[in-house]
Amino acid sequence: MSLSKIKFDKKIVLSFWIILIALIIAAPTILPVFRLNLLGRYLSLSIVALGVDLIWGYTGLLSLGQGIFFALGGYCAAMYLQITSSSEFPNNIPEFFALYGVEKLPFFWEPFKSPVFTFFAIWIIPALVAGLIGFLVFRNRIKGVYFSILTQASLLVFFNFFNGQQKLINGTNGLKTDVTQLFGQMVGSESMQRIFFWITAILVIGAWFFAKWVVKGRFGNILIGIRDDEPRVRFTGYNPVIFKTIIFSIAGGLAGISGALYTVQSGIVSPQFMTVPFSIEMVIWVAVGGRGTLLGAILGAVFINYAKSLVSEALPASWMFIQGGLFILVVTALPEGVLGWIQGDGPRNLLQRFGLKRKIETYPSLEVNNKEGNNE
Amino acid sequence: MELLLDSLFNGVAIGSVLLVAALGLAIVFGLMGVINLAHGELMMLGAYTTYVTQLIFKLPILKPFYNSYIIVSIFLAFIVSGVVGILLEKTIIRRLYGSPLETLLATWGVSLILQQFVRSVPLAYGTGLVISLLIGLFLPSAFPSKIKESINFKYFKFSSWIFAALTGVLTGSVISSSVSKLSRASARNVDVTAPSWMRGQVEIIGTAFPKTRLMIIVITLISVIAITLFLNQSAWGMRIRAVTQNRQMSDCLGISTEKVDIITFGIGSGLAGVAGVAVSLLGSVGPNVGGNYIVGCFMVVVLVGVGNLLGTVLASFGIGIMTDLIGAGRLLSIWPDMPLPLSNTINFFATTSMARVMIFALIVMFLQFKPTGLFPQKGRMVEN
Repeated sequence: MSLSKIKFDKKIVLSFWIILIALIIAAPTILPVFRLNLLGRYLSLSIVALGVDLIWGYTGLLSLGQGIFFALGGYCAAMYLQITSSSEFPNNIPEFFALYGVEKLPFFWEPFKSPVFTFFAIWIIPALVAGLIGFLVFRNRIKGVYFSILTQASLLVFFNFFNGQQKLINGTNGLKTDVTQLFGQMVGSESMQRIFFWITAILVIGAWFFAKWVVKGRFGNILIGIRDDEPRVRFTGYNPVIFKTIIFSIAGGLAGISGALYTVQSGIVSPQFMTVPFSIEMVIWVAVGGRGTLLGAILGAVFINYAKSLVSEALPASWMFIQGGLFILVVTALPEGVLGWIQGDGPRNLLQRFGLKRKIETYPSLEVNNKEGNNE
Repeated sequence: MELLLDSLFNGVAIGSVLLVAALGLAIVFGLMGVINLAHGELMMLGAYTTYVTQLIFKLPILKPFYNSYIIVSIFLAFIVSGVVGILLEKTIIRRLYGSPLETLLATWGVSLILQQFVRSVPLAYGTGLVISLLIGLFLPSAFPSKIKESINFKYFKFSSWIFAALTGVLTGSVISSSVSKLSRASARNVDVTAPSWMRGQVEIIGTAFPKTRLMIIVITLISVIAITLFLNQSAWGMRIRAVTQNRQMSDCLGISTEKVDIITFGIGSGLAGVAGVAVSLLGSVGPNVGGNYIVGCFMVVVLVGVGNLLGTVLASFGIGIMTDLIGAGRLLSIWPDMPLPLSNTINFFATTSMARVMIFALIVMFLQFKPTGLFPQKGRMVEN
C-alpha cells in the first residue's frame, strides 16, 4: 500500500517536487503571518502523524499516548529557550521560579544550558522514554487493546506529573517560548517564525523520506508481518519485541521533533499537550489520510487541522460533532482512509456502481485473490 | 486503629465508585473483547439523569416524594445509559466485531458526540430523545406475538417509531415548559443536592462517616450482588457466561450470540449509569465528568485480566485503598519517625494526582511478573 505502487512518469514527479519547493519558498510571502504560523504548526503536527502511521499503520500498534513524546520534545526545546534568555532575572534562572520561591535551578535543567545537548535531547529523550515504555510492555506480549489502554494510562500519568510540579517545570501554566531569545532574536518575532516555517517544511520532507526508508525492505516487511500475523513472525525466528521497541522509539523521536517545532511556533508548551483527546486526534489524522500510506498521514494531519481551525472559527460548537462523526465514519465506512481508498479500488468501484466503468470480468477465485493482495 | 479504619473506609469509598464503573466495562470487555471509550460518557449521562430527576421531583405534583428521588434515579439512570448503550451496539459496535482497535476509535467518536450533545442541547429535549429511543426500541417487542404476526411487522415497527418520536417531542416540550432550568442548553457544571436523609454523618465505632459515601457503598454492594445473581442464576446469565467462554461453540449450540451481545452491552452501559448516580453525589456534574473516572476503570481492567467478577472487586478496592494510602500520605502518620529520604518520597507522592502516578508505576511493575493480569483465563492459545 505504498505510493510506489502507482508508477508516475519521472517528469511528473520532478515537476511535482519543483512546484512543492516553490510553494514552500513562496508561502511566507503569499500568506499573512497568522495563516503562515498555522500552516507551520500543522506541518509540524504531520511529523508526529508520520510516527503514528509507522506504529499503527505499519506495525498495528495503536498508541493513544503519543502526546507524551510530543510534549517531552516541546519541553526540551522550551527549557533551553527559557534558560538562555534568563540572564536578566534574579539568580539567572527563568522568571517563573521566583513565583514559587525556588532559588536554585533544579538539577535536570542544568544540561539544557548547552544548545548541542538540547539539539540531541529533543529527539533522543522522547525516543528513550518511548523505548523504555515500549520494551516493558512488549516484553510481556501485551498487545492490542491492552497496549492502547496502557499507553493512554501512561499519558495520564505524565500529564498528572507535569501538571502538578509547579516548582520544577511551572506545572499547569507551562513554559512560554514566544518572548524568549534565540541567537539574539525574539522567538515570537515575524522573521523567526518565517525561518521556523522553512525548517519545519524541510524537516517534514526529511521525515517523510526517513519513514519511507524505514518501511522499505526487510525491516518494513517484518513490521507489516507483525501487524498481520505476529505469532507467525515469531515462529519464523524473528523476535518481534526488538522490532516493536525500535519502531516505537522511532515514532517517539519523531513525536519529539514535532513537539519542539510545534512549541516554538505556538509560543508555549504546557501539560495540555498531554491531554487524552489530543493524542487520540493524532490517530484520526492518520486514519482519515490513510493508514499505511505515509503521504496520507501528512495530508491528513494538515487538512484536518486546517478544517478544524476553519470550522472552529465559524461554528465553535459543531467541531466536536464533526470530529466525532469523522471517527465513526472513517472506522466504519473508510477503514483504509482517503488515500488508501484512492490507491485501492475505491474510485473504480464507485464508477462501476454508477455504471460509468465496465466491470473487470474475472473468475471469482481470481477476484478473491486480487482483493487479498490489495489488503496486504 | 482509628486511623486505619478511617483509611480503610476512604479507600473502600473510592474503590466502590471505581467498582460500579469498572464492572460494566469488565463484563463487556470479557464478552466482546471491546473497550468502550464512551463508558465515561455513559456515566456522565447517568449523572445528568440524576440531576434531571431531582429537578422533576421538585415539581408540585411530585414534591411529597422528593426524598426518594435518589432511589428512583438509580433505576432511571440504569435505563437511560442502557438504552444509549444498546443503540450504540446496534448501530456501530456490531459492524466492528473482531476489530477491537477500530471499536476503540469509534467509541471515542461517540464519546465526543455525547459530550457536545449535553453541552449544546437543552436537557429537556435530551430527555425527550431518550424517551423516544426507549419506546422505539422496546415497543415492538412488548406486544404479544399474535399481533406481530397479524400485521406486517415492518409497518408496525415504522409506526411505533413515529409514535415514539411524537411522545419524545411531547415530553421534551412539557418538561422544558415546566422546569425552566432544563429548557436552555448550558455547558456549565450542575450540582445534585442529596435529599435531607442523606446529609450529615453516621458514627460507627467512634468514627464519623459521611452518609453519602455510605450510600455509594450500598449502591455498589447492591449492583455487585445483583450482577452476580444475574450471571450465575438466570438463563440469560448462563448464556452470557457461555458466550464469554467460547463464542463459536455457543453459537453452534443455538444461543443467539447477537442477543447476548445486546443484553450484555445494555447491562454494562446501565451499570455505567448507576456509577453516574454515585459520581453525582460526590461532586458537581459536567460534560467532562466521566473522564476523571474512566482511567481508573481501565487500570482495573488491565490489572484483572479478562472478565472476572471477583477479580474486579478485589482490584477496585485494592486500587481505592492504595490511592488513599499514598494520596493522603497516611503511611507517614502511621509511622511518623521514618528515615528522612523515605518520608520525603512519600510526601512527594502525597497528592491525588501523584498517587495516580505511583499506582500506575506499581501496575506496570506488577504486569512484568503477571502479564495476563491477576486472574488469567485458562486455556491454551498461541497468543499466550
